[in-house]
Amino acid sequence: MTTSHEIRPGAYYDSVVLMQLQRALAGLPDVMDAGVVMGTAANLELLAQNNLLPKHIQAAPEDLVIVVQAATDEAAEAALGQVDELLSRRRSVAASEFRPKSLQSAAEMLPEADWVLISVPGRYAAGVAREALELGKHVFLYSDNVSLDDEVELKARADELDLLMMGPDCGTAIVGGIGFGFANRVRRGRIGLVGASGTGLQYVTSRIHQMGEGISQALGTGSRDLNGSVAGAMASRGLDLLANDPETEVIVLVSKPPDAAVTARLLQRAWVAGKPIVVSFIGYPPPARQLGNLHFARSLIEAAETAVGLVGAEVAELGVPELRAGARYLRGLFSGGTLAAEALAGFQTVVGPVYSNISEPRLRDPLISKEHSLLDLGEDVFTVGRLHPMIDNDLRIRRLRQEVADPEVGLILLDIVLGEGAHPDPASELAPAIAEARAEHNVEVVVILVGTDEDPQGLEEQRQQLEQAGAVVFAETSAAVAHAISAFAGSERKTAEADFLSRPVAAINVGLESFYDSLREQGAKAVHVDWKPPAGGDERLQAILQKMKS
Amino acid sequence: MDIDASNQTAVERMMAARPMLTGLAPAREVIPGMEDNLVLHAGPPIEWERMSGPLRGAVVGALLFEGLAKDEKSAAGMAEAGEVNFAPCHHHNAVGPMAGVISASMEVYILENSTHGNRAYSNLNEGYGKVLRYGAYSEEVLDKLRWMNGSLGPLLREALELSDGLDIRALLAEALHMGDEGHNRNKAGSLLYLKLLSPLIAKVARDEAVEAEVLQFLGDNALSVLNPVMAACKAMADAAHGVEGSTMVTAMARNGTDFGMRVSGLGDDWFTAPAEIPEGLYFPGFTSEDANPDIGDSTITETAGIGGFAMAAAPAIVAFVSGTPQDALNATLEMYEITVAEHEHFTIPPLDFRGTPTGIDIRKVVELGITPRINTGIAHKEPGVGQVGAGLVRPPKEIFEQALVAYAERYEL
Repeated sequence: MTTSHEIRPGAYYDSVVLMQLQRALAGLPDVMDAGVVMGTAANLELLAQNNLLPKHIQAAPEDLVIVVQAATDEAAEAALGQVDELLSRRRSVAASEFRPKSLQSAAEMLPEADWVLISVPGRYAAGVAREALELGKHVFLYSDNVSLDDEVELKARADELDLLMMGPDCGTAIVGGIGFGFANRVRRGRIGLVGASGTGLQYVTSRIHQMGEGISQALGTGSRDLNGSVAGAMASRGLDLLANDPETEVIVLVSKPPDAAVTARLLQRAWVAGKPIVVSFIGYPPPARQLGNLHFARSLIEAAETAVGLVGAEVAELGVPELRAGARYLRGLFSGGTLAAEALAGFQTVVGPVYSNISEPRLRDPLISKEHSLLDLGEDVFTVGRLHPMIDNDLRIRRLRQEVADPEVGLILLDIVLGEGAHPDPASELAPAIAEARAEHNVEVVVILVGTDEDPQGLEEQRQQLEQAGAVVFAETSAAVAHAISAFAGSERKTAEADFLSRPVAAINVGLESFYDSLREQGAKAVHVDWKPPAGGDERLQAILQKMKS
Repeated sequence: MDIDASNQTAVERMMAARPMLTGLAPAREVIPGMEDNLVLHAGPPIEWERMSGPLRGAVVGALLFEGLAKDEKSAAGMAEAGEVNFAPCHHHNAVGPMAGVISASMEVYILENSTHGNRAYSNLNEGYGKVLRYGAYSEEVLDKLRWMNGSLGPLLREALELSDGLDIRALLAEALHMGDEGHNRNKAGSLLYLKLLSPLIAKVARDEAVEAEVLQFLGDNALSVLNPVMAACKAMADAAHGVEGSTMVTAMARNGTDFGMRVSGLGDDWFTAPAEIPEGLYFPGFTSEDANPDIGDSTITETAGIGGFAMAAAPAIVAFVSGTPQDALNATLEMYEITVAEHEHFTIPPLDFRGTPTGIDIRKVVELGITPRINTGIAHKEPGVGQVGAGLVRPPKEIFEQALVAYAERYEL
């Protein structure tokens, strides 16, 4: 074993640099130990204690003393020869960015973040989402296995705070051109989507892109959003936002078939959006091709094509019938079952349940109407011992008087079918009854007039008589139904602050790191939270922490 | 119980405290409850049998210094026989670095919190090499202590009498802008301290040789200001102690065997667990094999929002936390995650003058699994060898969990 040393006069280095140099020297081949110090008395004594002080050494406090103890002279000299290189070696360690462990810190690091993406294990997801909402952030919750109760509570809280709560189990979204979670690369454009189906959204957005149009926003809601207890909370909010988003011209609503009450609630919001809405409820029979601004698609591809076709199209403003004070219900008095069924389906889809004698919910007694009611007066129960209402107007007129006497009734919907075999001049009998209903009860009367210009009754004359009596006359069921819906679906569009949708995306990611990488690759500002289960997963401590929060 | 509000009260008290260095006196004259056969030590309570090497050595040194024992053997005998009482410095409003041993005759700094009126005390820093705080007790060590008590202390006391007290909080704030973090690096602070004292010393010194000696001693020791700084931090932390419902830490201290912690809303209980061996860089000839478990009251600096918490202010010593200036920033950023507030007076230039992370919240520590970062010197496990390195240590996380459970019991959650 041999000891070599070197003294560099007047060479000051910080002690930390010296300690690192010493460690590097000691790590070289065949080097047993090394000492690198400034030559103060205390330091030299330290070297002596460790048998590292060469004899007859002369060093001043400002001198750098380097001592190497090695197996061979060559190894010692080689080590001393590397001192300069070791001293000047720049550490190539890339400065690693700070990774916060809490949402709170991440929010402080990126205060402009509007969004929090959450993909932690389900049992922790609701807690993280709650924290994000309380920090005033919109949430994209990818995690599944979140309880229905938690979902309802989170969405209610989001509503109170005017925030989006996408998910749980929300796989995809596109906001301001940035894809969250799973999303295709699509150009920005004028079509906005709201969907409870991740793959459905991906399919429609991809097709729209391939057809040359683009996407303004695609908002996921989570797969259970349109179920009864969640009641489309997020889909409604998404619709309101897109209705208020200046970048969105056409809206597509995609879902598996929702609960009927949820459908009505959602479509009423869609009704007042003031923009064309393509409704694609997979597996749900469309009640019409179009009702007002609602366009019903039977398939995803049809939804994409319809949406692309509607870009740039004008939305016809529907007149909103004014109902008498206290009026809340429609009564439909039809002479034929099929028109009755079609009208019922359309009205019921948007406004809500309609009682009838043709489908559920049924009137217990068809002679007495209830709430919204629609009757096929050609049914046996009404025609026993009398002529069919297409020939004999008496029954319909009596029932009309009965209905308008109910102060809760605001609108009467009738069909009048002309042609061979029918009453020779139905308007001559119905118009006076309509005029009476209008004059005495201020009830709105809407007529679907079916016939041709060659029919014996004279289509145009019939129309004129009816209109003079105060009826609003349509040739198409869907137009008449749309008019009726307008009377009951309300007209107030909910204003929603949608500005944040057009801001450059800044997001906090909690969970899957690939979502963070993807945000960064798309050019969004993002901070990744190095998330771990609270209290290392210790349930007793978690329970205490939870109690301390409330 | 609004825990956040309680913590806010506690941290505001800590930041509003203004510790002034007002003077010096022998421990027996000023430290409450000080007695001739009482030896104060760093960390939570510990009996002689469980004391580590450096603490035992320092106790022996103190007994020799006080003239209570004539040699090492009799000193150890007294300690074993229970003829000496031991108590944590913290139980007597005091703190001391490493072994933290204070005996009745020793001159101590008096820090007075001018906002809330409480006082804190610390011994005088001995500099480097063979020193009592690392457990050395040779004649040379005792000679230095005698000089400190006979020359340094009295001169400083007279010098401080000319002043209205030195504002240590202001000194620290300035030192943080000069590359110190207030625990491992006190280079700038010690020079500021020398600058404040020099004219006062010049006015009161009667003997030029002593004056020169004192100025040289203060200037050569980059830790001169560490002890007043620690006492200042103790005064700040004590001002925040005892806030009902608060989960904020008001003391962290190690005795070389156990790491102990106190929490503002949990009375005077210590939460303890075995102290760990710090990770760091070692002086020539030493390795982690030689290291004593973590020791000293200097963790009062991190408790008060400096030290490891202000690492971002001290890029010159980044190697202790593994390397790059970015790591130093990250060290401080990490501490924001577990603290209640950003300090009103201590700010960090590279973080755009953000206040240092201040007031450790045990809830956040447990929830996030982030324990406080502590910059520390490393003591040799044998008494008297001294410092063998410096680096980073974290308290055992069990003590935070214990405290959380104790909180739940005390406040019936």
